[in-house]
Amino acid sequence: MNGGHDMDGMSMPVGDVTPEILLVVGAVVVLVAALFLRRERQWWCPLLAMVALASSAVAAFAMLGGGQSSTFFGTYAADDAAVWAKLIILAITAVVLLMSIEWFAADARGGELYALLLLSAAGAIVLASATDLMGVLLGMLLSSATGYVLTAYHRADARSGEAGIKYYLLGALTNGAMAYGVVLLFGLGGTTTLEGLADSLIGADRVGLIAASSLVIVGLAFKLGAVPVHAWVPDVADGAPGPIAALVTTAPKVGAFLALTRVVLILPEDALGWRLLVAVLSAGTMTLGNLAALWQDDVRRLLGWSAVSQSGYGLMAVVALGRSELALPSLLFFLLAYAAANLAAFGVVVELRGRRDRGAYAGLATARPLLALALVVSFLSFVGIPPLAGFTAKLSLFAATIDAGYAWLAVVAVINSVVSLVYYLRVIAPAYFEPLVAPIPVLGQWAYGATLFSAVAVIALGLLAGPFIDAFLRADLLPG
Amino acid sequence: MLSAAIFVPVLAAVLLLVWPRLDERGARRVALLGTAVPLALMIVAWLRFDGDGGFELVESMSWIPSIGVSYRVGVDGLSLPLAAMSALLFLVAVAYPADLRGRPRQYFAAFLFLEGTSLGLFLALDLFLFYVFFDLGLVGMYFLIAVWGHGDSRRSALKFFIYTWAGSLAILLGIIGLALSADPVTFDMAELIRQQPLGADGLRAVLVFLAFGVGLAVKIPTVPFHTWLPPAHVDAPAPASAILAGVLLKMGTYGVVRIMLSMMPATFERFALPIGILAVVSIVYGALVALAQTDLKRMIAYSSINHMGYVILGVSAAAAAGAGDIDSRTLALSGATLEMVAHGLITGALFLITGSVFARGDTYEIDHFGGLASRAPLMTSAILVGSFASLGLPGLAGFVAEFQIFVGTFAVEPVLAAFGLLGIVITAAFFLRMVQRAFFGALPERWARWPDLGRSEGVGLAALLALVIVIGVAPSWVLDVIDAGTSVIVGP
Repeated sequence: MNGGHDMDGMSMPVGDVTPEILLVVGAVVVLVAALFLRRERQWWCPLLAMVALASSAVAAFAMLGGGQSSTFFGTYAADDAAVWAKLIILAITAVVLLMSIEWFAADARGGELYALLLLSAAGAIVLASATDLMGVLLGMLLSSATGYVLTAYHRADARSGEAGIKYYLLGALTNGAMAYGVVLLFGLGGTTTLEGLADSLIGADRVGLIAASSLVIVGLAFKLGAVPVHAWVPDVADGAPGPIAALVTTAPKVGAFLALTRVVLILPEDALGWRLLVAVLSAGTMTLGNLAALWQDDVRRLLGWSAVSQSGYGLMAVVALGRSELALPSLLFFLLAYAAANLAAFGVVVELRGRRDRGAYAGLATARPLLALALVVSFLSFVGIPPLAGFTAKLSLFAATIDAGYAWLAVVAVINSVVSLVYYLRVIAPAYFEPLVAPIPVLGQWAYGATLFSAVAVIALGLLAGPFIDAFLRADLLPG
Repeated sequence: MLSAAIFVPVLAAVLLLVWPRLDERGARRVALLGTAVPLALMIVAWLRFDGDGGFELVESMSWIPSIGVSYRVGVDGLSLPLAAMSALLFLVAVAYPADLRGRPRQYFAAFLFLEGTSLGLFLALDLFLFYVFFDLGLVGMYFLIAVWGHGDSRRSALKFFIYTWAGSLAILLGIIGLALSADPVTFDMAELIRQQPLGADGLRAVLVFLAFGVGLAVKIPTVPFHTWLPPAHVDAPAPASAILAGVLLKMGTYGVVRIMLSMMPATFERFALPIGILAVVSIVYGALVALAQTDLKRMIAYSSINHMGYVILGVSAAAAAGAGDIDSRTLALSGATLEMVAHGLITGALFLITGSVFARGDTYEIDHFGGLASRAPLMTSAILVGSFASLGLPGLAGFVAEFQIFVGTFAVEPVLAAFGLLGIVITAAFFLRMVQRAFFGALPERWARWPDLGRSEGVGLAALLALVIVIGVAPSWVLDVIDAGTSVIVGP
């Protein structure tokens, strides 16, 4: 378990958090650069931020398969699951950064944005890696605080501001609930480390345990955009600056899913029935998201609701945790596939300068064939059409769920997949079957490239799923 | 070699899409070449096929080894005739004239893409791969109907996509249930056929069987899952209708034999009787509804439901291990397989002819026509051969297949076979009535200048119908190949 350190988990090896440190240092450097560089030299900011992301990714990659999984007195994970989550989050942030360059080019505070992007990535990463409830809370708050600011970044735009406020209000409520839940768990178990709680919660007061764990799960559900605290997602998808909408519906989700898996693993199953609770949340989330998206004519809101329903599918993996060896691999692969498809879909919206109305996508296939294709690839991946990444993700999620004895949940997911086809096709149809009515202006080369990259990733991840599934099957997950 | 048959059309499709300056003639040439290559490859495969049981010409590659998924293709006596028939039908359909709506490259690309997925489905020896091609076919057909169809084509395309996609997901659940039951987990078809991981009983076996049953029943389609089919057929462009009936419907019946009958025969045996009854209902219902149609294309669409009923009847007889001897059951299954091939050729030809009719008359209403035989002898001969073959006239392919199905079924389920024969009588009635009303009698004034079949129409139809006659007169070269496959499936 210990890969070269003197005492297992009992030292403070700063090297184990190199990726996080690089992000924070990078954020400071970018912030200083943004303050002192003249307007025409602000392009240094995205460049520096990209360097920070890349070096952080290199540092994270080196930790893969290190065999050492716990660090900082058992409060922080360096397990493979955390490393993969870091890599996914960093990749998401890098793509969002590329989409942001032209979108924020005219913004006077464009440079500072990149510092916030890095801090947001750091927040999601802490969320994914913490094995102590205080750490989870810290990641939650860092990720939320940066999310609010980024969402409301267009101060002059009423929609952006409204989305920020809605995001903040629900966030404050749920983060507060989560803090309260953490306090209760501390009271019940006498510790905040997950490893310690796994032992001390056995035989704890049942009512207290239910209240505490529900509060923590609700907090994490907020980040996931899952029922019952999903209401912010469509508003943010609609109102936030395009690239930010892509970010906050993707990266924090990766962190929150990992945090949720770690938290549910310490809950005594027989006393709580958390599995059924998560299964109900999963079914509710995918169904509500899909039904709400069904007659949506605003493509950005539609993507928001689609992001909600996708979280429901992801929760299937959490249901299967500990019952099927496919649970963790299916979750990680789902996150990868979802991230690629979601970035491609929002990327198309960004490249089309935030175009909302479904009807305004008419003739896209004629005017911008590759963008239309990216949209189709991403949507069909959401639906689960092979050989795209989303299909392999759904297949493994279904298999894990059936393996875990929750076949009914797989059936619910199947019915939802059928329903979801309708609203995705409602966007694809005008793009392909209707003539071009007006010229379609686009944003720029960086956003275009980032979008196409994401769409290619959706296809490539589907065709080359083998190595990823292999690696995810070998990944370890704390605690346990 | 088999992989080339799958990927040459797909690559040709990509080529068409990324070559914006290609004009219609050039696109058509690329498409003809892209469909001729797979046909040539299938002929070579046919010549190299030994027929000693088991899968031949296997090509495989590791894909997702940790969950038992691999890329694996090969042929046996069941898949080879279907794949070869599909390759021929695609070549004829691509060559057939159609209204391209100013998007020739995309039209041909959709066809080529669909051909790659169709051949891939029949040649796949891995359930994961099978499912990949199963679903991709839906996407290709969705675009073909929606963009190049007529009438309310977008709605029909959507209905087609959603219905069959729902069916596919049921199949996906079945595939997962089956693969998880194997030890170790595998999607390899040959291994699953060998292992038979689910016994006859047990809730899991029944649920998996039902999932496959419902999913494939949508695709075939059998009553009561058939409602997507008539609008999809009527509004699709004629070459797409030919492919839909000739190739895509076979995916359903092929899945029934390849998966349900081969991988879970014990469960199938338990359900053989109800499935046989469902088949007879499809036969009689499809025929009766076809009889009531005044729309030529819709009539042929319903006749497809009727013919798929014969196929399922034969398969259910083959599955009833307790009720009949091996020879009769093998005969029924061979008949069912030949019926798939024959229906592909016959109905493919009939749908193409409806396209020619629509191109000239802008309607499918049978009663708006009459006396066309005097203006269009070639077209009349073609539809006569097609109709007679479809109603089961001896000397044509449909007869050989249906004869085997009914002889085999009589030995196993005589009552069902007797009811099924009713369907043949009704089929004869509506085909003869259609031919009589539309092609004989007085020629209405407005069709006085009705042109006969052109060269590109005539050559394609001649190829399909000649094969119908050849198989009808001398079927043994096909039946030998088919028997090599079916005797293994039914065998002890």
